[in-house]
Amino acid sequence: MASIVLYLNNSAKDITFPLLEDRFQFLNPNTSSDSLFSSLAGTVRILLCVANSPVNSETLDKYPSLECVVGSTTGLNHIDLAECRRRGIRVTNAGDAFADDAADYAVGLLIETLRRISAADRFVRAGSWAVKGQFPLSYKVWGKRVGIAGMGSIGRRISKRLQAFGCSIAYNSRKPKANISFPFYASVQELASNVDILVVCCALTNETRHIINRDVMKALGKEGIIVNIGRGSLIDEKEMVKLLVKGEIGGAGLDVFENEPVVPRELHALDNVVLSPHRGGAVPESLLRLQEIMIANIEAFFANKPLLSEIELESLSWILS
Amino acid sequence: MRSSSFFHRRRRKFSSPQGRNQNLHRALRILSVVSPKLMENKGVLMTCPMSSYLEEQLQKRFRLLKLWDSQMKADFLKQNSQLISAVVGNTVLGADSELIDSLPNLEIVSSYSVGLDKIDLVKCKERGIRVTNTPDVLTDDVADLAIGLALATLRKISVADGFLRNGLWKNSDFGLTTKFSGKSVGIIGLGRIGSAIAKRAKAFGCPIGYHSRSRKPNANYKYYSSVIDLAANCQILVVACALTDETRHIVNREVIDALGPKGILINIGRGPHVDEPELVSALVEGRLGGAGLDVYENEPEIPEKLFQLQNVVLLSHVGSDTVETCKAMADLVLANLEAHFLGKPLLTPVV
Repeated sequence: MASIVLYLNNSAKDITFPLLEDRFQFLNPNTSSDSLFSSLAGTVRILLCVANSPVNSETLDKYPSLECVVGSTTGLNHIDLAECRRRGIRVTNAGDAFADDAADYAVGLLIETLRRISAADRFVRAGSWAVKGQFPLSYKVWGKRVGIAGMGSIGRRISKRLQAFGCSIAYNSRKPKANISFPFYASVQELASNVDILVVCCALTNETRHIINRDVMKALGKEGIIVNIGRGSLIDEKEMVKLLVKGEIGGAGLDVFENEPVVPRELHALDNVVLSPHRGGAVPESLLRLQEIMIANIEAFFANKPLLSEIELESLSWILS
Repeated sequence: MRSSSFFHRRRRKFSSPQGRNQNLHRALRILSVVSPKLMENKGVLMTCPMSSYLEEQLQKRFRLLKLWDSQMKADFLKQNSQLISAVVGNTVLGADSELIDSLPNLEIVSSYSVGLDKIDLVKCKERGIRVTNTPDVLTDDVADLAIGLALATLRKISVADGFLRNGLWKNSDFGLTTKFSGKSVGIIGLGRIGSAIAKRAKAFGCPIGYHSRSRKPNANYKYYSSVIDLAANCQILVVACALTDETRHIVNREVIDALGPKGILINIGRGPHVDEPELVSALVEGRLGGAGLDVYENEPEIPEKLFQLQNVVLLSHVGSDTVETCKAMADLVLANLEAHFLGKPLLTPVV
């Protein structure tokens, strides 16, 4: 008999996981019959959290036998990890399913922003080349100094790629990473003062909300570029928009926003900004890999084996209280 | 004890971006030493607007004549032909046979480009006219852009940007795009630019193949003796060779068919490298997966059918159009001219 997995999708996303549907029996509060649901809600042990569906105390109260939450994203800011830890509930994320593609996308956004690729493509499609002459000069990528805020699996992959573009790498993280030889800066502001490009790819937590604030962006400077493929709330968006409009930072490549899908209107007119609808990891191969990882986590759970991509809640200092 | 950083610094001198741009540094040294007034009677003809910085500097150091100042170019040339010792051209307007013939005192053509397809090199050789270009200083910009174009095309970054600017995200999802990491990359022409592209693509885990006139002994990539074989065995085909009679339309219908409906073409070489009507019909019919184009057969004209396509990224020959590189190219043009007039060795001679 197939194992029962609670399938929770309260996000705006219409995603399916066909490989999991074949293997497990999903208990879906939105579609299961009332009688089936009420008979199993009290005993279901594992929850599949789709996209950024919130998992909080209220959710956990409804399913008192839950022992594990399987996330389908890299970032878990929509899951109350402190509450999970308190209840002894284990949590897994998407592991490295999206890491390569997110890193590719960060580099793509960086090049697009500096070299004005989207703006130049718009210029050409508007028929402006023949009429207005050459598109204005853009800015060199090679050799720029890059600061990575968050040196996890995505940050490492971004570093490797950018080194091939002659970029020097420095980083900020909660603490220095043992096997990383790039210069470490204890504060993001200090990091920003010493780089040309700031790539934001850390987890969103209570500590990192608005970690990129006005002071950090001023430290980055008039020619500095921000690339954000983490979460919108890592940056004080209102301040960033003001600084971009005034020309006090050089540009931005943004895959995420504070209130998706809302994008500040002021950014629409700027050629030194590239806007993207949270697609950093969205390729077919990564969704396949995601399903493999989720299947592995669920099967390991039922077999009482170590989970593949478990988040060590004990080691997250910001949730210990 | 010498610290390891000492050796690191020495190695950096030759392998760092600074080390590789030795010519640029020689250029800057020459320019800083030579008094601008020394050559103010030397007539230099600039063929078209290409860099306001270069124009300014040429004006300061030489007697600058601008071909576009006059509507009647032939008359302008007749009136000034005796004065002109040097021509500064670019990828739009170089020094063709007719121009060279009209300038009896021409000594040097200093091109604001690395490509030489707009210069009659044979004629220059015959007449003993020196020719210089701007290699190396623009290699990185062009290679950066090639990868940027591949990412933009596969991951639809420019399309997504338009999606948001048109307010479409509120009501619909953007959908999936195509992975870049690990895709096989085929490079036509493994010169400075081709090698720089290969180095970057490797960092994304892309296996590299190439086609060149001959196998490169130091290249650690798979060699294909025919472009069709290269196209059949890669998912991203990049054109990075020089434009010559042999390489005109090197990407033709057969090559495009071999690349196929999942393949993408990146052209940062010259428009005539690709049979453009064939490219357009392959894209429109779905026989080719996509294209990232910086160059076209008849710039600035671009086939309008391409404007409707979302699997194409279109740029306006901006390969080396960065503030930093344009200044470096201009400095190299100036330094070559000054070296010539001072009887010193040219920095980047071609002829």
